[in-house]
Amino acid sequence: MDTAVLDLLKERLDTVHETAISHGTLVLVVAPAELPGTVQRLKSEFEFDLFLDVTAVDWPGQKPRFEVVYHFYSTTHRVRFRLKTRVSEEDPTVGSLVSLYGSARFMERECHDMYGIVFRGNPDLRPILLYEGFVGHPLRKDYPKRAEQPLVPYRD
Amino acid sequence: MAARIIPIRPAPSAAFEYITTKKDELVGWARKFSIFPYPFVTACCAMEFMAVSSTPYDTDRFGAALPRFSPRQADLLMVVGTLTHKQAPILRKVYEQMCEPKWVMAFGVCATSGGFYQNYAAVAGIDKIIPVDIYVPGCPPRPETVIDGIMRLQDQIARARHPILTKDF
Repeated sequence: MDTAVLDLLKERLDTVHETAISHGTLVLVVAPAELPGTVQRLKSEFEFDLFLDVTAVDWPGQKPRFEVVYHFYSTTHRVRFRLKTRVSEEDPTVGSLVSLYGSARFMERECHDMYGIVFRGNPDLRPILLYEGFVGHPLRKDYPKRAEQPLVPYRD
Repeated sequence: MAARIIPIRPAPSAAFEYITTKKDELVGWARKFSIFPYPFVTACCAMEFMAVSSTPYDTDRFGAALPRFSPRQADLLMVVGTLTHKQAPILRKVYEQMCEPKWVMAFGVCATSGGFYQNYAAVAGIDKIIPVDIYVPGCPPRPETVIDGIMRLQDQIARARHPILTKDF
């Protein structure tokens, strides 16, 4: 079932760079510029109607450094798949999916908090789990493990 | 058979009409049995706090069973769970709203020292923000540990000085 859908996706999506099956999940890799268009087609043509999550992976030393990872699910076909795109440290920007999935609003905010990925088109990228004034992105590998940014001055 | 009425003998006058004690001991005795806790519950230790509050452990024996949900009416601030940097200003404000005399219990290892959260998000011990009187270790602490903490706090209150007038009043 999964391989059949994967073959269909490969055949009909010309923007896909790489494909694989990892732990029983379809994996597609696209270029950042082609991401919103690809997701638009996946939603309308392949009925991937549920946006599960967006997160990122920091690969220090690799170029491009970040991998932005999306998960989708189709409630009609009961298939889930993973979409990856790679962005550089200098310009960690991808298009937002807010216009396609409303739930992307908060998930992109969290990803922006933790990894500093900029989602172009998301109207509200204020901190959601972190607080105003927090400097840096704590889940990046170069963030110091024990660094604290207290909001209240310590007693001693 | 007719019931006989036995008259109660009146107590000899002047017996137990006066006791002598120290003011601090008297006030400390009264205060140690009327600890009204304010639960500042942030994380999973809440489950164990519920167990402590339940009937089998009966913290009313120590006068510490009635939670007040306004810090202005509470004597004991129980910080139950992990404190994050984002929450630290709230804890500080709650502590400042409490009237004197007030005590603070760090409930569980996260409130005591941060526990295994030594990272960007968590405060490594609430004593960096507010003064703490009693630390209850454990992840989570067993109810017996909490009761031991309450009893040690009672001893601390009983031994303490209880000035009627403070610098703020």
